[in-house]
Amino acid sequence: MNFKLSRSVITSSVGFLMFVASFGQAARAETLLLNGAGATFPYPLYSKWFSEFKKVESKAEINYQSIGSGGGIRQVMDHTVDFGASDAPMTDAQLAKAKPALLHFPMVMGAVVLTYNLPGLKTDLKLTPEIVSGIFMGKITEWKDAALVAANPGVKFPDEPILVAHRSDGSGTTAIFSDWLAKVSPEWKTKVGAGPALKWPTGLGGKGNEGVTGLIKQSPGSIGYVELIYAKSNHLPVAAVKNRAGEFVVPTAASVTAAATVSLKSIPEDFRASITDAEGKGAYPISGFTYLLIPVSMPKAKQKVMSQFLQWALQNGQTLAEPLGYAPLPKTLVQKALARVALVKAE
Amino acid sequence: MSAPSVSALSRFRYQLAARDSRRKVKNVLFLSFLVFAAILAITPLIAVFIYALKQGFAGLSLDFFTQLPAPVGESGGGMANALVGTAVLLALGSGLGVPLGIAVGVFLSEFGTGRLASFTRFSVDVLTSVPSIIVGLFAYALIVVPMKHFSAMAGGVALSIVMIPIVARSTEEILKLVPVHVREAGLALGIPRWKMILRILLPGSAGGITTGVMLAVARAAGETAPLLFTAFSNQFWGRGIDQPIASLPVQIYTYAISPFEEWHQQAWTGAFVLIAFVLSLNLLTRLILRKRT
Amino acid sequence: MSSAKETSSRRARGVFGSSRRDAHRGDRRFHWGLRLCALAVIAILGGIFFQLSKQASPVLSKMGLSFFISTEWDPVAESFGAGAFAYGTLVSSFLALLLSVPVSVGVALFLTELAPSRISLAIGFLVEMLAAVPSVVYGLWGIFVLAPWIRVSLGPLLRKFLGFLPLFQGPAYGVGMLAAGLILAIMITPTIASLCREVFRAVPVANREAALALGATRWESISWGVLGSSPSGILGAVVLGLGRALGETMAVTMVIGNRAEIAASLFAPAQTMASVIANEYAEASAEMHLSALAATGLALFLVSIVINTGARAVMRRVASGPKRGKLGTLSKTASIEVRP
Repeated sequence: MNFKLSRSVITSSVGFLMFVASFGQAARAETLLLNGAGATFPYPLYSKWFSEFKKVESKAEINYQSIGSGGGIRQVMDHTVDFGASDAPMTDAQLAKAKPALLHFPMVMGAVVLTYNLPGLKTDLKLTPEIVSGIFMGKITEWKDAALVAANPGVKFPDEPILVAHRSDGSGTTAIFSDWLAKVSPEWKTKVGAGPALKWPTGLGGKGNEGVTGLIKQSPGSIGYVELIYAKSNHLPVAAVKNRAGEFVVPTAASVTAAATVSLKSIPEDFRASITDAEGKGAYPISGFTYLLIPVSMPKAKQKVMSQFLQWALQNGQTLAEPLGYAPLPKTLVQKALARVALVKAE
Repeated sequence: MSAPSVSALSRFRYQLAARDSRRKVKNVLFLSFLVFAAILAITPLIAVFIYALKQGFAGLSLDFFTQLPAPVGESGGGMANALVGTAVLLALGSGLGVPLGIAVGVFLSEFGTGRLASFTRFSVDVLTSVPSIIVGLFAYALIVVPMKHFSAMAGGVALSIVMIPIVARSTEEILKLVPVHVREAGLALGIPRWKMILRILLPGSAGGITTGVMLAVARAAGETAPLLFTAFSNQFWGRGIDQPIASLPVQIYTYAISPFEEWHQQAWTGAFVLIAFVLSLNLLTRLILRKRT
Repeated sequence: MSSAKETSSRRARGVFGSSRRDAHRGDRRFHWGLRLCALAVIAILGGIFFQLSKQASPVLSKMGLSFFISTEWDPVAESFGAGAFAYGTLVSSFLALLLSVPVSVGVALFLTELAPSRISLAIGFLVEMLAAVPSVVYGLWGIFVLAPWIRVSLGPLLRKFLGFLPLFQGPAYGVGMLAAGLILAIMITPTIASLCREVFRAVPVANREAALALGATRWESISWGVLGSSPSGILGAVVLGLGRALGETMAVTMVIGNRAEIAASLFAPAQTMASVIANEYAEASAEMHLSALAATGLALFLVSIVINTGARAVMRRVASGPKRGKLGTLSKTASIEVRP
């Protein structure tokens, strides 16, 4: 290689690097990019929302990445993203550390369902809180257990051990599920507790809703908990769960929305509320909100887009929820949330 | 000669023959084990490749290479942004990692005797064995947290850390293959050492160094873990290297853990494209090396 | 790389005509530039160590070294110990070695001793391609192909014939320690095979010919002449394979079943040090939890340093002499093949 050649190599590689560095700069001038991260459960709906919203507001791109609820809280508190998303509300201690303060906006609702793999079973299972906690504590180990047979008259159970599947990663799904179990079972409350990650007394861990769904699909005799949409899209059966009113409720968009409607009075100003084990008829007991976490003050341009998006999602966006397996918010809650959009101020 | 001694001799002969046939059987058994081992070793590659081909090929279309991902429930769409993103990340990673890697390789090969050199060699070896997820955590703490932004740049830095040791070691080894007399001939002409290295040694080994670079690129192209917390991802086209950017491995991972069939399909198609890219880079490396010998 | 002044002097005097003083200055600068690059690599390594230690310090100062022995991993009670993960990492890696070493050594012998050169080239290439397939692809394949096969075929078979051993008791779910061991075995085979091949190639041809001349069979000549003279080289290759198995993340995470518990059965789910980081780092938000994960990462980092340094020391000793360069390259990527 002679001198001229090596110089042309250097020039062209510098040119190439500059080209890479300028990547996307042209389009950048007229669009505004908002970055968000967090919960995996609403990711399909959010990605739909953000691409629909871009059709309404062509200059706004909202990029959302599903890294998990805990990750969403951590990243928004570290200011590495513009907003976060979480299935479980933040704790008081976390909120106190957040600067600027963060607001919770409920966006849609979801249900944690018990799904199982029992080939040959025709009817849907009925489960009481006692049975569920017994299974997940490792106390009920056989499908032929007396409690299961008693709750499901007429069902012929196989003579097989129960294989329990749960989440291996920390997750909002686990938080909602264990929150419900801690409410209905004192033993669960003292021995295991509630939280996004647990020390499981028994069972097999799968990563993500998909991991658990996969375990259940592949293992006859298994039972586990996943978000409703994962059971639906994989054509897995879901169990009816006994609620506080004593009825067995099948998880549907309507029964999940009902859980919020019946507990409206107990939902505080900042929406950080648990609506598991809701009182009242027709309410599915293992339901929860999924939140966006928005800082109270944002740069002006971003604040404008963020507020527009929140208003759009809380009104127009709700209609997109049900086809994808999510439950829309009750109307009164939408009004309350819309009123709080004004709290997001420009810097 | 008496009869007994004859029978003893023939018995001995029989024993010898028996031992020989045992040895022969052992020999055949062992040699067939070697063939069996060779078949067993390549079975997984063929199985993985066939499965990816079967699952992924159906989704291959022009749209896959030119369109943005479609939202859930809408058919079509592609991974064009992830393909471009991976190209940008690899360019950034190479831009940082290749010059540094080559420089370190030159240092180790040409000035590789002192204490600094042996410590550098140790560091390079250790860096190759650092699990890539730890590299991701490091780039996150180093760049993302201070900049308060996920960015293509941070992803590029993470990939460059993966690439540096590969480039450095291959450069070192390839320069060591250059006979000493080439260097001495250059120096004997009165050329300073640095010029000898830059003008004679490096150009002469350009082919070999390129193969090292290509292997490093192939390795970096498939990395998922270092990008999760650095380049992040983006469902649109990137907006500059200080913003999050999509990449093929991360997109595959996201789609694989989603609940939707059409996204699984996209994940397999992505996996197929990724394998094809990585394997053809490796193949190309081989061809270059073969040509040289 | 050359400064503006150098460029102009080069133009003035032609390529080879610089004066001696300039040359010395240029060499010094060049050398310093390279040293700076070397220092940058050391700084990266130091930076990784520093970051991990900083994040790990809360849990280590609370629990001390008992963190690595305790098997309690309870995020609700914020009590953490990495014992179960250390166990999972060790057992899955050793299982992988057990399965991979005979095949790897066999394939290396096949390539160097038995196969005609064209076949040797083709199969050697295929084996090394195994090393190039990204880990996440192995994971996908593990979930959809390997795990169902273990559940339906291999698991019941093992239980039927070897079920008296505690290793093969209990239901085979598919995912679990056995699946992780198998997928790791596949992933480390190219590493060990390529290294062994180089070790065997370094054995002088005279060794084999001497044995054959004495009337030895092919197997005897290989066993005495080749295997007998390279035990430490094989050891080095195996330990480097172990190093790769210990740090493997994505594929293992996808098939090991992810449960922080020590179980005797290979069918049972487990968790490794790398997979627990991949599983939980994104979601952990409590400081102690993050710190425990960083401490696990730190331990993994230090263990892989020890293993790799040890193995390379062995390989270097074996490779001393003219073959040194070749082996050095291979001990690193296990996929670079250079023939001068």
